[in-house]
Amino acid sequence: MRAIRPRTRGAADESVVTIDTDSAPRILFYGEDFLCEDLPVGTRVIYPRKPIAGLPNVRAAIRYALHHPEEMEPLHALLKPGMKVTIALDDVSLPLPPMKRPDIRETILDIVLEMLGDHGVDDVHIIIATSLHRRMHDWEVRRMVGDKVFDAYWPEKLYNHDACDPDGMVTLGKTKHGEVVETNKRASDSDLVIYVNINLVPMDGGHKSVGVGLCGYESLKAHHTPKAIVNSDSFMDPDNSELAHSVHRIGRVCDQHMKIFHIETALNSKMFEGPLSFLMKNEDDFTEMDRLTFSAMQWTLKKTPRALRREVFMRVPAPYEVIAVHAGAAEPTHQKILARNFEQYVIPVEGQADILISGIPYISPYNVNSKALNPLLVQVMALGYFFHMYRNKPLLKKGGVMIVTHPCTDAFDPVHHPSYIEFFNRLLPETRDAYTLEKKYQDEFAYNPSYIEMYRRGNAYHGAHPFYMWYWGQKGREHCGKVIVVGSDNSTVPKLLGWERAETLAEAIAMGRSHMGRSAQITMLHHPPILMTDVR
Amino acid sequence: MPQAAPAGKSAAFYDVDGTLIKTNIVHAFGWYARHQPTLTGSIVKAAKTALSIPLFAVADKLSRKAFNELFYGYYSGEPEDRLIVLAEELFEDTIKPSIFPRARDLIEQSRRAGCRQVLVSGGLDFTVRPLARYLGVDDFIANTLEFENGYATGHLGKPFVAGATKAVIMRDYAEKHGIDLARSYAYSDSYSDYPMLAVVGHPTAVNPDWRLRATARSYDWPVLDLNNDSR
Repeated sequence: MRAIRPRTRGAADESVVTIDTDSAPRILFYGEDFLCEDLPVGTRVIYPRKPIAGLPNVRAAIRYALHHPEEMEPLHALLKPGMKVTIALDDVSLPLPPMKRPDIRETILDIVLEMLGDHGVDDVHIIIATSLHRRMHDWEVRRMVGDKVFDAYWPEKLYNHDACDPDGMVTLGKTKHGEVVETNKRASDSDLVIYVNINLVPMDGGHKSVGVGLCGYESLKAHHTPKAIVNSDSFMDPDNSELAHSVHRIGRVCDQHMKIFHIETALNSKMFEGPLSFLMKNEDDFTEMDRLTFSAMQWTLKKTPRALRREVFMRVPAPYEVIAVHAGAAEPTHQKILARNFEQYVIPVEGQADILISGIPYISPYNVNSKALNPLLVQVMALGYFFHMYRNKPLLKKGGVMIVTHPCTDAFDPVHHPSYIEFFNRLLPETRDAYTLEKKYQDEFAYNPSYIEMYRRGNAYHGAHPFYMWYWGQKGREHCGKVIVVGSDNSTVPKLLGWERAETLAEAIAMGRSHMGRSAQITMLHHPPILMTDVR
Repeated sequence: MPQAAPAGKSAAFYDVDGTLIKTNIVHAFGWYARHQPTLTGSIVKAAKTALSIPLFAVADKLSRKAFNELFYGYYSGEPEDRLIVLAEELFEDTIKPSIFPRARDLIEQSRRAGCRQVLVSGGLDFTVRPLARYLGVDDFIANTLEFENGYATGHLGKPFVAGATKAVIMRDYAEKHGIDLARSYAYSDSYSDYPMLAVVGHPTAVNPDWRLRATARSYDWPVLDLNNDSR
């Protein structure tokens, strides 16, 4: 166990910090553990912005948004007795980690359902817009919507979307670009669809809510492709994302066939509190208590089995606060929410890095309450999400070195990720080429009857999902000259992912410098909490 | 929902008892025992069958061959036409209500994926036929009972459809029908069907016993619960 040196300089609130000779070591996520590492002098460390203050009265903000929507009539004016309404919700992948109760979706449902009841609307179904994600467990749904709604609606009128139900899906048509628009039949048959969103990152929300959340495999095929990802610069910047453009086209076709009232929310970056609150701080500003807490936590984690560490982390909810609620038509509503997302997340940065260091945490959108962050998800966190957390230019130079810290344990959750296991062990040894994998194997996995059954009746991600995870990393793979993983507990996983291994961060930096030169600019992303860079 | 079948010929082979239906061959025989031409005959045969259940269990633990020889001996003397005629009633009374809720969906999904549908059952052909027809499968492979002068001898025709033989029969079937086993699927609930599962490229454990569940976990085979009808 290493002690963190006492503070050597005054507190600073800037988001971009340059390491000097007196700087404290930096904390990096390392799966269900942390690393505490000295960084070379001159390294830039980019911190998230301080959390924007939450709305003082969230319920009032929701009511205001419903009564003053963007480019639509107020919700009450859209309601008529006897009409058929479907409410769709974002699933367990949002937010990360799951937020403290009451979840914002519970609060919104409470208000919206009361309003529907007051207007004589009884035919209401609530669908969790899982797309090809796994079905949520009943206890997860209860936590998300609250006891009152769960007890009143589950399971007949509150249920998971089923993209493989031949009787539950309908094709609305095609976009001008030939993209198939397939959606949930109950939603399509409804007089009004109300979508309740949590816009954790800028790729969420807008037309993606209905256009992806309630779609089927044939629709996703249009944009969940390696080509769309490579042409998205980045997929966190909707204006420059081919993925987002395709989803917009699909969403506009949905709008032609369905009346959709969007309720979007933005959260601040208050991800940790209590014993984990030191993760919200610059290490140079740590108090004695922070140092003690971190040291005690690291000691405890080292003595605790991985499965138990995981359970503990998964049980710690995030104290997120709502910073914006807007409602109305998809595009204007989403623009307002995106502005708040960017305000919270974007950090202006001068110049790209030659070497980018990023700690990979225990959680991703696809392994909430799973038994592992499996190797494909480690890959998607590194080369998908964290690589794409930029506007303008990638933070890492073309051909640069990305260093990630994670044990890369060869562990999968067989209930949540059965098709990932086959993808990783059968396909990756044959090829890592996303285009070949898409062409040769995607349909085989997507139509595998066992995977479909496990998706529809179990709690498994759809058979095609591991392909999307691989495509998500395609731009990063093409962009990075080298990816080095620090602290991998085996050699098989990094080899299959096409990564190099280093025992320590110092060794990885030396390897990176030998590739990029002694004067290589090194940057560390100090996340989570979430941050995005705007590189000039 | 439009779905296209992947190119090439593949098949889905299903074990029946415990995999697609809750009942097994003993239930079927029990039903026949209870439906003898006379009331006395029914009582005697049903009682004899009930008392033999522990013996069946022991024989099954020892070897599937010993179980088959013992168990099918109880059919000795049954008239062929009666067994066949009553098979329809057996299906309606016992087998149809015991089909697992998700079994038809799995078969339908598999058919949509372009697989030839084949039941591979240790049950008797005349009891499996109505089920095969009801499920709309393309083919079934089942045991046959030998008859002499219209009466069952109590012996099975060879090869027995059980254990390792299922894999051999499936290989022969695949060769005959030009099916690529590497691209095919097999579904079973029992560890005794390990050979049948191991012979295909896509094995799946369905409602598995503990040994098969452990094996499936070791080999990362998918595990399905067809008895789960939740939304």
